[in-house]
Amino acid sequence: MRKIWFYALGIFLTMGQAQAVLKIEITKGAEGALPIAIVPFAWKASSVPVTQKLDEVITADLHRSGLFDPIPKTDFLSWPTEGSEVRCKDWRLLGAENIVVGNVRPIGEIFEVRYELFDVLRCVQVEGQKFRVQGNQLRRLGHQISDRIYKALTGERGAFATRIAYVVASMGDDGKPRYMLQVADSDGFNARTILSSPESIISLAWSPDGTRLAYASFEHGPVTVYIQDVTTGERERLINTKDQVSGPAWSPDGTRLAVVMSRGGKRDIYLVDLATRATKRLTRTSASGFNTEPVWSPDGDYIVYTSHSGGRPQLYRVNATGGRAKRLTFEGKYNTRGTFSPDGKLLGMVHADGAGYHIAVLELETGTFRVLSRTRLDESPSFAPNGSMILYATRDRNRGVLAAASADGRVGQRFELQERGDAREPAWGPFLTP
Amino acid sequence: MTGFARLFALFGVIALFLYGCSAVPVEEPDTAAGEPEEIIEAPQEPLAGEEFDVEDGEADTMGIEEPLGFRGDPLDDPDSLLAKRVVYFDFDSAVVKDDFSVIVEAHAGYLTDHPGARVTLEGHGDERGTREYNLGLGERRAQAIQQFLLLLGASNQQIQTVSYGEERPASLNHDEEGWQLNRRVEFVYER
Repeated sequence: MRKIWFYALGIFLTMGQAQAVLKIEITKGAEGALPIAIVPFAWKASSVPVTQKLDEVITADLHRSGLFDPIPKTDFLSWPTEGSEVRCKDWRLLGAENIVVGNVRPIGEIFEVRYELFDVLRCVQVEGQKFRVQGNQLRRLGHQISDRIYKALTGERGAFATRIAYVVASMGDDGKPRYMLQVADSDGFNARTILSSPESIISLAWSPDGTRLAYASFEHGPVTVYIQDVTTGERERLINTKDQVSGPAWSPDGTRLAVVMSRGGKRDIYLVDLATRATKRLTRTSASGFNTEPVWSPDGDYIVYTSHSGGRPQLYRVNATGGRAKRLTFEGKYNTRGTFSPDGKLLGMVHADGAGYHIAVLELETGTFRVLSRTRLDESPSFAPNGSMILYATRDRNRGVLAAASADGRVGQRFELQERGDAREPAWGPFLTP
Repeated sequence: MTGFARLFALFGVIALFLYGCSAVPVEEPDTAAGEPEEIIEAPQEPLAGEEFDVEDGEADTMGIEEPLGFRGDPLDDPDSLLAKRVVYFDFDSAVVKDDFSVIVEAHAGYLTDHPGARVTLEGHGDERGTREYNLGLGERRAQAIQQFLLLLGASNQQIQTVSYGEERPASLNHDEEGWQLNRRVEFVYER
């Protein structure tokens, strides 16, 4: 067992400050993106302005979605800070269809933020709001305002004020690998390490309420599953067993986890009741195959999983209460790691063809199959909670990076770690508010 | 013994005698070379000599005071097939290739001869495909070796399997050269 026990002593939990920040690059923008002007928010005080520039947060959010085309600030003819100062004609000249204006006023330790969204074609206010927040909440407020703008103009809920989790793998100065489980805002900012380990961490899964992360860790040698509270950093082992346990997936009601467990030489999908920790086997693999990568359908009725029983891995669906499994994928020889869109209509997966491993999407009702990514080693897909994008891991210039594509394949973006190391195993978290 | 065999034995003794004489000066143990891990008791008496009735009655023979083969646990013999502890696999396959069956047979032999021996088979895969899938594939590889060992007489209690999927690569190269080194099962004996 070599160095495992020595390593195990080295495990520690940290809730430290940002160590690695993701830089986001838009690799592919949607045609017909909505031109929008976001005017720098005014600082309504004589003191030194706060460093968080809300307008920059909002501009980056909207641009990243691929659905908006922010107009460069240098083109602006005026810098209105409230609705009464907006001259619609000026903005129509720039080709803007909408404009966002706002201001920030410090009141003691609190900041009062006002913003207004205008339709400059009709020259009417679409919405206006006033919020009071603490200084450390300003950036999050920026994402929330982005969400409101996104909702007002697309009709869909925005997912900017959400979090992502991923693993950073790097080689330490001592020549030993280091694995850090990090949680960051959806724009890659505010990254914090919640677990640091000398052994690999894989298969991150957010609890439906976004308070906990389940993951599979090799810190004891054979893989096992932990559930960790994201806020406090406290964690517990899911089941104390010598069997290898991995691939956790939460039931939509948060009461159960589906996991992969290798018991008696057979690798199958099991359901674990979180209150009692009772385990129940859901699948029965063929002698030469194995079952893995469970994921719950959003309605909680089904489990989709990868089965190697047919010689080549394909995705199957089984009732969460058990029964016969139904094969879902027929395109190609390798379809693994299913993931549902929040509305349950799309099934994302890793699909291999002669050119490599790509992210693909199957429309469950029509059977339409679409390959979204063209890079060679793509894995770990997960949908944004509004279904707009799929986050996944890929390699770029011999480095592990995260990438995202819109479900229709028209928009692409790449998240790159500013510091050394590979980013991998991403999971997009749920909405943080109902 | 036939006349021919007798003659042959005689030649053998003479050869041993000649070798013994020339070997004596270099037999001195080199104490400066550090502590050997295991001290092998050399016979105190010459191996041969008095029982043989050779014409030259004055002759004296000696042994080389060194065993011909490796002594100790065969697992420690660098020349043994048991020193090979890694079996490699084809892409997305858990089939033990013919080239490696001789290694597996050697380990099966060792386990059969040493009922107290315990081995963990660690299955691994290359980085292509998803991590959970590769965990499953690594396990299939370890189990394929396990089946092979059991078939050849090793017992169930002697063998454990575990999979590390693509999480503990032997090579960090992201190409076929690295991948083929990573698709493997390692024999890890409990010592």
